[in-house]
Amino acid sequence: MKNKVLPSFEAAVADVPDGSTIMVPGFGTPGTPRNLMSALVDQGATNLATISNSVNRDIAVLVEARRVRKVYCAFTAPTHPSRETPFVRMYNNDEIDAELVPQGTLAERIRAAGAGIGAFYTPTSVGTELAEDKEHREINGRTHVLEYALPADYAFIRAWRADTFGNLQFRFAQRNFNPIMAMAADVTVVEVEHEIVDAGGIDPDCIHVPGVYVDRIVKIPPEGIFD
Amino acid sequence: MADKPRLSRQAMCDRIAMEFQDGWVVNLGVGIPTLCSNYVDPSRDIIYHSENGVIGYGPLAPEGEEIPHLVNAGAQKVTAAPGMAIVHHADSFSLIRGGMIDATVMGAYEVSENGDFANWRFPERKGGGIGGAMDLAACAKRVFIALVHNTRDGKPKLLHRCQLPITAPGVVTMVVTDLGLFDVTPEGFQVRELAPGWTPEEVQEHTEAELAVPDTIPEFRLRA
Repeated sequence: MKNKVLPSFEAAVADVPDGSTIMVPGFGTPGTPRNLMSALVDQGATNLATISNSVNRDIAVLVEARRVRKVYCAFTAPTHPSRETPFVRMYNNDEIDAELVPQGTLAERIRAAGAGIGAFYTPTSVGTELAEDKEHREINGRTHVLEYALPADYAFIRAWRADTFGNLQFRFAQRNFNPIMAMAADVTVVEVEHEIVDAGGIDPDCIHVPGVYVDRIVKIPPEGIFD
Repeated sequence: MADKPRLSRQAMCDRIAMEFQDGWVVNLGVGIPTLCSNYVDPSRDIIYHSENGVIGYGPLAPEGEEIPHLVNAGAQKVTAAPGMAIVHHADSFSLIRGGMIDATVMGAYEVSENGDFANWRFPERKGGGIGGAMDLAACAKRVFIALVHNTRDGKPKLLHRCQLPITAPGVVTMVVTDLGLFDVTPEGFQVRELAPGWTPEEVQEHTEAELAVPDTIPEFRLRA
């Protein structure tokens, strides 16, 4: 089987062109591809769009360097005004575009993109200002809104364990958005926290993402970022 | 005249947790609601669900025993309860929208007598913080709200109609504040219990919505 292991994060992100849309998983710290994001900062691509739960500290570096044109996420304002970030200031000054998406709708839009579904109806957000411009439909007596699939050019993934073909395992809450993002992007690049084993070294019944979705794998070196 | 003492946030959350029934799947929002998990009734199994796909987490991890990869929705390090299961984010919200959440507890800026609530956006500012709140509000079997009864400058938060953009319409079933427990009924807010020493008239003075008051009102149930 193809060996997808690359020697460095630099090599793994070298071809990311300007204008790319990049999926960045993570919920809190677990499952955030921090080494790939750090390599992207050095790589220099600009005019990017990101898809993530929030504008986390790694996305914020690119945002503050004015290399992100748009973010898709479930939080575009802090829970308390005192926690305002540079991203929030830039957003309020119209210096960056953002699409605010309820978290479950965000996850399902990503899932749909990987699953070949163009759009779907959900009851989430019905009756709120977020649903105002969306198509509504009554289904089984309940009002739903139409939401479209959200694909990307690249997904950066943080896994616990991989084999050389790209079959992946995650540990506890590290999984979060990782599997659905790995399925929804054209190019899926993985940083591996614990170990990369030979193909066949992971029980097929215990694989969280099959390697057919994965294009590149890099083991985080001892001096890398592990949180 | 200075106000009488109000309930602590922990007492508010203890009281909400007393409503949880054996076997319920419960999602606790960030902030005050996380305190609900500090109330433990050994006769009831409560399965705590977190948006990041953790089904059945335990109490906060003691210092030195944290598992770096195991956090709840507030990014707090939690322990694994026996029987815990992990799913990815889309499956986690399938569980929410699919009707598996027996109760969700959330904070709010405002709640109205028709069961609307607002907790994601101030209209004078661009953007908002939704997280999983709209999915949970629209799809959980019961929506419980924990909030302090008045703003810092004394304004009421239990209103006829929400002034802020709402999170979901007509979904709140129960509200616990630092002044009491209120059920949201077709007739509006109905007082169920009041904080020790408070009369219905005094609580009404701190409330914009009209409170329905039964003939007898038990004192607020506190942890034994």
